[in-house]
Amino acid sequence: MTKLLPMNRRHFLQASAAGALALTPGLLPGRALAESALTVGFIYVGPKDDYGYNQAHAEGAAALKAVSGVTIVEEENVPETVDVQKTMESMINLDGATLIFPTSFGYFDPHMLAMAAKYPDIQFRHCGGLWQEGKNPMNTGSYFGYIFQGQYLNGVAAGYASKSKKIGFVAAKPIPQVLQNINAFLLGARSVDPSITCQVIFTGEWSLAVKEAEATNALIDQGADVITCHVDSPKVVVETAAGRGAFVCGYHANQSPLAPEKYLTGAEWAWGNVYTDFVKKAQAGEKLGNFVRGGLKDGFVKMSPLGPAVPAEGRTKFDATLAEMTAGKFSVFKGPIKDNKGNVVVTDNKSYAEDAIELESMAYLVEGVVGSTA
Amino acid sequence: MTVEANTSAIAIVSERSSVIRPIFEWLARRAEPVVISFGAILIGLALFSLFILVIGKSPATLFQLMYTGGFGSWFSIQNSLSRAAPLLLTALCVALPARLGLVIIGGEGAVVLGGVAAAAAAAPFVGTLPALLLLALMAVVAMIIGGIWIGFAGFLRHYRGVNETISSLLLAYIAIALMNQLVEGPLRDPASLNKPSTAPLPAQDMLGKIPGMDVHWGLAIGVVACIVSWVLIEITSYGFAARIAGGNVRAAQIQGLPVGRLIVGFTAIAGSFAGLAGMIEVAAVQGSANASLAAGYGYTGILVAFLARHNPLAIIPVAILLGGIDASGGLIQRRMGLPDATVLVLQGTLFVVILFCETFYGRFKIFNPDLWKRRS
Repeated sequence: MTKLLPMNRRHFLQASAAGALALTPGLLPGRALAESALTVGFIYVGPKDDYGYNQAHAEGAAALKAVSGVTIVEEENVPETVDVQKTMESMINLDGATLIFPTSFGYFDPHMLAMAAKYPDIQFRHCGGLWQEGKNPMNTGSYFGYIFQGQYLNGVAAGYASKSKKIGFVAAKPIPQVLQNINAFLLGARSVDPSITCQVIFTGEWSLAVKEAEATNALIDQGADVITCHVDSPKVVVETAAGRGAFVCGYHANQSPLAPEKYLTGAEWAWGNVYTDFVKKAQAGEKLGNFVRGGLKDGFVKMSPLGPAVPAEGRTKFDATLAEMTAGKFSVFKGPIKDNKGNVVVTDNKSYAEDAIELESMAYLVEGVVGSTA
Repeated sequence: MTVEANTSAIAIVSERSSVIRPIFEWLARRAEPVVISFGAILIGLALFSLFILVIGKSPATLFQLMYTGGFGSWFSIQNSLSRAAPLLLTALCVALPARLGLVIIGGEGAVVLGGVAAAAAAAPFVGTLPALLLLALMAVVAMIIGGIWIGFAGFLRHYRGVNETISSLLLAYIAIALMNQLVEGPLRDPASLNKPSTAPLPAQDMLGKIPGMDVHWGLAIGVVACIVSWVLIEITSYGFAARIAGGNVRAAQIQGLPVGRLIVGFTAIAGSFAGLAGMIEVAAVQGSANASLAAGYGYTGILVAFLARHNPLAIIPVAILLGGIDASGGLIQRRMGLPDATVLVLQGTLFVVILFCETFYGRFKIFNPDLWKRRS
């Protein structure tokens, strides 16, 4: 017999007693204050278990449990409105948080900046690349990773797995970060076979499950046999594509449990490293970085283990490219590169390192990508 | 005359009951909605407690956290009020047409378009107009656009027979798509790379905070709008005509009331309030129009309006209550490890129980004023 309710009489009595105690002021255990005690707040725009953007951050936050003296407070599904400002204030005023990570891109301006001005003694670090020296206060900062390196590696794996030589990309919005990923995915695939093309469909929203499923089906209907995406939660895309028999490359977090046979690899964030570094610095009383970023080399980004569908030849090439990137010797965007309208966007002898500022305002799709930015 | 008749009747009965009886009569009439609403909230909370017990947590801790997070300190009260501010206006967008018997659920569309229109109207005048005039201009434009949007749903209802619930919802989807198109296209500030937005409003032109509070002026505007709407509905002849049309369209038409103009007019006023909510989001919170405008205020407004039984004055406490539940939701997540959906379960439970308790009106004899009148 399965027990339907995880509650028995003893638990009920315990819970009621605890409730009664909690109602009595003065009996509540006070917040333990050790010397190096640090309360860190994490705010997510979606659910913590979305197999995507928010899960990647929540996994990073969970990694902090290994650091002693750190208390984590987390809140999920916080919209980019006055709600997030009040959540930050509530974490500061009611939980005693002194370091806050608002992880969604839209939390920065005006929300985090408003709170940073109001609470100059609290440290705020935002995921994204928006912090500017001289313009933004010193108790704020940005951290981000060059995850398009991971999408290039996704492309390499896709290049070996694809039979139809058509691959597909489900994208949220035509903004620079997303365009970098689409272009890197195709360039990776073309490093295996220059005849590969990639069709892209923009859904227009970061989280819109129905459209993501429609887009995935449309891509497969048009012949694509490897699908990847850049939306907040790749769950729908991965499950839909695998259900149709296509291979998938992951994004944000590891989605291999959703499609163990069809999952080739995935570009994942490694926020645990980044958060641990921030928190150790804060505990030691050191200054936190204001503009922190890195790629595979710096441990900001990692790859999911290769799935069973990648052939041996592909594994060799994948590992070699990964090793080059990890050594900091590989450029994803090196000329000559044309956009898909025929204009030269990277000239013959030009090559951009992953931290090149030019990549931050990318507004084109490279030759071989079927789709349009507008 | 009735008044004189009553006075003469009172003169016959004893001194004591002559004073108390009219008070009881008055109380009985007024107490019914209050007692039934509070009773419904208590039943809802009891059901919700059962749910919390079932998942193995303590309802007492939860209610204590809700109080701490929503109303337990000056900070928490201001937190609740900030969250309530946009709901006042979006609830009016549902409550006003409801008095005409219309169920408008697409206020979200007027919110986002009002916000975009306000940002677009402000752009050419930033730096030339003084802040107050600029804000007034933004408000007027947002109200006109919001009014047209929801008024159109009213127009379709009366003149083309299109169901206003469906049309207003579909119009909201169109509005959000239009907003995305405008913000990512013609109105986009080129500096907004990864979050397409309109050009930001300079800090000195923003709608500020109410003096002595950490809550923006949107709250005061919302309260005034609720009071004005109450006067419009309950005191003016337009409101009276609207209520008649809401009760029975045929009867209203036979009386010669301009039903079409009433429907379009009231839906337009309702939409203009939602548009104003969008303008306030831009001018007081976001600083520019972008996808964050579609934060669901229009949809939460439906809940507020129904809980307030479409009474504009009741919207004020209900919005603050929901703001408080919302404000405490974070604390419940952080302290009890419950998912965000817990608060949604509470809101849903309250909503269903309150709607169910609507059926109790007129069922309790104690609220019948006749009971308290002198028996002849």
